[in-house]
Amino acid sequence: MNDFSDAFATALSLILNLDQDLAEIVLLSLRVSLTAVLVAAVIGLPLGAALALFRFPGRSAAIVIVNALMGLPPVVVGLVVYLLLSRSGPLGPLGLLFSPAAMIIAQAVLVTPIVAALTRQVVEDLWAEYEEQLRSLGATPARAIGTLLWDGRFSLVTAVLAGFGRASAEVGAVMIVGGNIAHVTRVMTTTIALEVSKGDLALALGLGIILIALSLAVNGAASLIRETARRYQGALA
Amino acid sequence: MATFPPITPLSVEGLAFAVDGKQLLSEISFTLEAHRTALVLGPNGAGKSLLLRLCHGLLQPTAGRVSWQGAGADQASAHQAMVFQRPVMLRRSAAANIDYALSLRGVPARQRSSLTAEALERAGLSALAKRPARVLSGGEQQRLALARAWSVRPQVLFLDEPTASLDPAATRAVEELIGRIRADGTTIVMTTHDLGQARRLADEIIFLHRGRLVEKTAAADFFSNPQSQEARAFVAGELLW
Repeated sequence: MNDFSDAFATALSLILNLDQDLAEIVLLSLRVSLTAVLVAAVIGLPLGAALALFRFPGRSAAIVIVNALMGLPPVVVGLVVYLLLSRSGPLGPLGLLFSPAAMIIAQAVLVTPIVAALTRQVVEDLWAEYEEQLRSLGATPARAIGTLLWDGRFSLVTAVLAGFGRASAEVGAVMIVGGNIAHVTRVMTTTIALEVSKGDLALALGLGIILIALSLAVNGAASLIRETARRYQGALA
Repeated sequence: MATFPPITPLSVEGLAFAVDGKQLLSEISFTLEAHRTALVLGPNGAGKSLLLRLCHGLLQPTAGRVSWQGAGADQASAHQAMVFQRPVMLRRSAAANIDYALSLRGVPARQRSSLTAEALERAGLSALAKRPARVLSGGEQQRLALARAWSVRPQVLFLDEPTASLDPAATRAVEELIGRIRADGTTIVMTTHDLGQARRLADEIIFLHRGRLVEKTAAADFFSNPQSQEARAFVAGELLW
């Protein structure tokens, strides 16, 4: 128990003193995960909306696959991206392995299905309400997708934040494709894994506290956005 | 928009609609001339809303056809609008709801704001322009839905039970707005289960019963001297099923 309180005290002082190493790791984590989520949103939002709107052969199967991909094991994604990016892999010549770019790719692969699957659900519900009106007004399918994404914006923020939660908490994929290289690809989760095995609990715990605080902040923001929407737009009523 | 050649008359021939082998509408034929207000009447389940959706092109008939006979018929869908029983308000301001409809019809941005203001004014909603549409009252939403439909200056306006869930004051405001749209020369096809409303608004009555067209007559004749047994019972206020 003393170990824990000692580690906790040291962790707090690291955070409060804005320890250089700690700050660097946190900032890299944010950069990687936020970029990955941005990429996932750009792909996942229209993809999810298209799945909601269009009827095509194999649609049910496509939805099942996207939903299943939400639970993709990070280490498997890491492995596949590793194979693609390794020197002898098809994308080897890009030289991205063990760089933040590789970590962004891996996390984007993990997060895109989450954004797409949640978007599909939100947009499908909205489409059920809007379909006749939008068709009556003469909206093309492309225009309808834009309208539905915009009108579902408050719910979709939650979908994107869920993706961010997944990306920032994940360790397996970034460990494999990033390599956990100090000052290059070391992020919060990989540092925690490493420091715990080295016995430096303070840094690990400090990062753990920041991760949890981040997760709280993200979910707090999501709930605030939904509340605001309910109050001012009647959007979720 | 105002100078576009007419899409009317509307011709409906042998129209039928079935879902999963269940025949919901059959052998519906009639013609509707321009500038008329036709009220579609009949008991619940007679197929009133279905008929409107088929005429508007939201549903495809399983047999028969809906055709527009006027010179502008090839662009018929761009000159119709529909208001639904429960107004579908986009999650944005009242003004933005109208602006959206105008933009879908290809009205350039610089003309949209004045047309939007005009439509809101017409519906008595100018003061609520910036209010999120979905926090408006039911009556205000329905007037906004009418203003949005009217903003694109449709030649033909379909109204599906536009006052079904409104109180008398809101119903009156909506009817007044319909009256003004009608006075512009807009052809209106409307369903209602309110006989008083039908008397107030209709030029013609299209009376459906169990998915069939029983009568299509001038409103005055329908109410004073209904031809069919079903229509007589309906006008007399008897329960019909």
